[in-house]
Amino acid sequence: MKKVLLLVTVFFMTTAVFAQDKNARATIEVDGICGMCKQRIERASLNTKGVKSAVWSVETHQLSLIFDERKTDLATIQQNIANVGHDTHEIKATEEAYNSVHDCCKYRSEEIKDAHGKKDNN
Amino acid sequence: MKQLAYILFLLPTLILAQDSLEGTILTETEDNKTMGLPGANVYWLDTSEGTITDLDGTFSLPYKTEYTRLVVSYVGYETDTLTVNSPRNIRHTLRASNNLGEVTVSTRKRSSSVSYISAENITNISSDELLKAACCNLSESFETNPSIDVNFADAVSGARQIRMLGLTSPYILITTENIPAIRGASQTYGLSFIPGTWVESIQITKGAGSVTNGFESIAGQINTELRKPSTDDRLFVNLYGATNERFELNTHLNTQVSDRWSTGLYLHGNVRNKEHDENNDTFLDMPTGEQLNVMNRWQYTNTEKGIVSFLNFRYLDDIKQAGQLDSEHGTTDGGGGHGITRQNSTELWRSEIDTRRYDLSAKLGYVNPKIPYQTAGLQFAFSEHEQASFFGLNTYDISHRSIYSNFVYNSIISDSRHKVKTGVSYTHDDYEELVNSDVYSRTENSVGGFFEYAYDNLGSLNLTAGIRLDHHNLLGTFLTPRLHVRYTPWGKSAFRASVGRGKRSANIFAENQSLFATARTINILDSGGEIYGLDPEIAWNYGVSYLQGFNLFGRKADVTLDFYRTDFQDQVVVDWENRKEIRFYNLKGESFANSFQVEFHINLLERLDLRSAYKYYDIQTDYISGRLEKPLTAQHRLFGNIAYETEIQPNGSQWKFDATYNWLGEQRFSKTSDNPLPYQLPEYSPTVGTLNAQVTNVLTPNFEIYFGGENILDVTQENPIIASQDPFGPNFDTTFVYGPIFGSMYYAGLRYKLN
Repeated sequence: MKKVLLLVTVFFMTTAVFAQDKNARATIEVDGICGMCKQRIERASLNTKGVKSAVWSVETHQLSLIFDERKTDLATIQQNIANVGHDTHEIKATEEAYNSVHDCCKYRSEEIKDAHGKKDNN
Repeated sequence: MKQLAYILFLLPTLILAQDSLEGTILTETEDNKTMGLPGANVYWLDTSEGTITDLDGTFSLPYKTEYTRLVVSYVGYETDTLTVNSPRNIRHTLRASNNLGEVTVSTRKRSSSVSYISAENITNISSDELLKAACCNLSESFETNPSIDVNFADAVSGARQIRMLGLTSPYILITTENIPAIRGASQTYGLSFIPGTWVESIQITKGAGSVTNGFESIAGQINTELRKPSTDDRLFVNLYGATNERFELNTHLNTQVSDRWSTGLYLHGNVRNKEHDENNDTFLDMPTGEQLNVMNRWQYTNTEKGIVSFLNFRYLDDIKQAGQLDSEHGTTDGGGGHGITRQNSTELWRSEIDTRRYDLSAKLGYVNPKIPYQTAGLQFAFSEHEQASFFGLNTYDISHRSIYSNFVYNSIISDSRHKVKTGVSYTHDDYEELVNSDVYSRTENSVGGFFEYAYDNLGSLNLTAGIRLDHHNLLGTFLTPRLHVRYTPWGKSAFRASVGRGKRSANIFAENQSLFATARTINILDSGGEIYGLDPEIAWNYGVSYLQGFNLFGRKADVTLDFYRTDFQDQVVVDWENRKEIRFYNLKGESFANSFQVEFHINLLERLDLRSAYKYYDIQTDYISGRLEKPLTAQHRLFGNIAYETEIQPNGSQWKFDATYNWLGEQRFSKTSDNPLPYQLPEYSPTVGTLNAQVTNVLTPNFEIYFGGENILDVTQENPIIASQDPFGPNFDTTFVYGPIFGSMYYAGLRYKLN
């Protein structure tokens, strides 16, 4: 009986080890500038099937993600963010996607960055 | 020559130094050493000048002399605002925040504000706003807020009732830290049992409210957050004295016991022992009495494990004495506490209300440190409330023992745009009442489960839909649905709509205690129901609201339009229309309350704010004698508040000025036309306008004094008591109060705090 129990335990332990994390956490850098960008980035992330939580900080440009590794991965999420026009470390948005963002969100332009100041994040 | 070279050499540095502010932001490490905090936000308040600290925590910012307040913030840390008077080097240590899962958005602080983003119509009142009221407990805290109407003090007990959407406080769910606090036996006087200094903030929700706190709320919900041992001042002392000879003392003592435990001792005492009868009707204008109120809180915080917990103990002892002036015997002795001496002679009409209450509550909150959207909360509260009282020859005693417990679990469905809340609750209430010679006792038990779904599209729309199912031994098994929606079609706006149902058992005596201070007989016309022979009350509340912020001549302003309607399906009608009795019966026909409010707020100048409101109430009930307007409820009301603060001086000193004007239109008196001629009143009361004002002088960040006046225009109601010369006769009635009984009153106080 004890052996069976041990066996069962070992069996479950291995599955646990190999199972992909349902609540994987990651933080990536995404370029953006304002509250509108925040909305766009978070929406694009959450629209990726498997992403449970996405919070982007206007100040630090860090996007904190919680997602189900069985359903998606970081590359897919980053691709979806790039598709709506925001650069990530690994995937840059195409010129076409970048042009689709609102004028005030043109984060690649120094001029717009200055206009926002460093604090105005509404 | 050499010196000149030095000066020339130093000049550019000096100029540079004047133009920029440099400094380092630090954080405390586990072994109590400090290290630079990279990535913290540093900016000048109300400007767009800001930066982020470097890897070693250093920063450099442009400096101008008009910049005085520097805000330092970082996620997970408490936001600090520093006063900067010269471009000296700043070294500041940020403290890690103890509030789990709480996000603080800091901009220029408004002491009373309406949210642009929540689905519910919530007004938040900060402790700054609470300081504007003269004194000193929760019922008076709403004097500077247009959403809540504070009635004039009762002619005998001095109690002040509040109303929301035109409905009295029994229809409002009043909670402290989300635990129902003022209900049952404490309904009439309970607001005066929460000292103002204990309050950290108040949230007022208009309309049905959330299902998580029960099924009883109909007009809305008022939640009070109390001061917390880990964030409150280490020592706080408040003294208050007024020309009506009311004196108060409040002290808070908070200590950190260990890394994770903090405790606070909160003490309130008030006394008024001089009798006043300014209108010479032989009756005291306000009761004499004393209150002792002690609370001990324990807070446990464990950030690594995501646990926060509170334990509260409270003891209250309150005595009020009122009635006719006892000029021969001096102040009658209350019998030293709870040996209440009932009245058995008709020499003088006296009244006494003795209350003793114990509260015990425990809360446990858990946030999954790995998955922050998964949280759970457990609440448990026990209270025992004993009131012994007499009003002339009438006796009223009530004892109420109550248990409340609630478990909530929060999570998401698929992603964080879809949040869910679910849980169970259990409540138990034991009532025992002595009404003259009749004993009424009942036990109420209810078990319920709730589910609430919240959707947020991260932009223009969010909604909260909730439902709960309860099984109650007297109210039966029933569903309570609630829905709130917010939609923002364009910038700085919010359209809100809500609908919800509420159900409750009316505590007819506890909620209408003023009936005992009359010659009326009590008459309950129905006998088939479970609660005093009456049926439970059921009402639907519907509301729409529109908030729009805009700039007017370059200043920030906003306007809010609210319309709410409460439709009673079943109601316990309180009928004062027959002068000889007070009748309670089940509603046959219609009863509704419509309320409309326009509120306008503008920031006229830097640190000068103006708020104004107009309110219209249409509250009608089908009485036996026909449909009538609710008595003593003004149809039209005006509210105005103006607040000005001087700039904070380098030494921290500041002046604050605040004035509030309230105007009430005529109010209907219940029928007096069959009274003997001298005791008849007109159909409607005159209009009333009152003005309150306060000045606070902050001398140092730790010490301030304040003084002010209530009812400065000295408006009084001339004969608040009908047949005051014949209190044991058939016409005696103290319930026709439409205005202030006591004239103007001035007060002064001080606050001292040590961090």
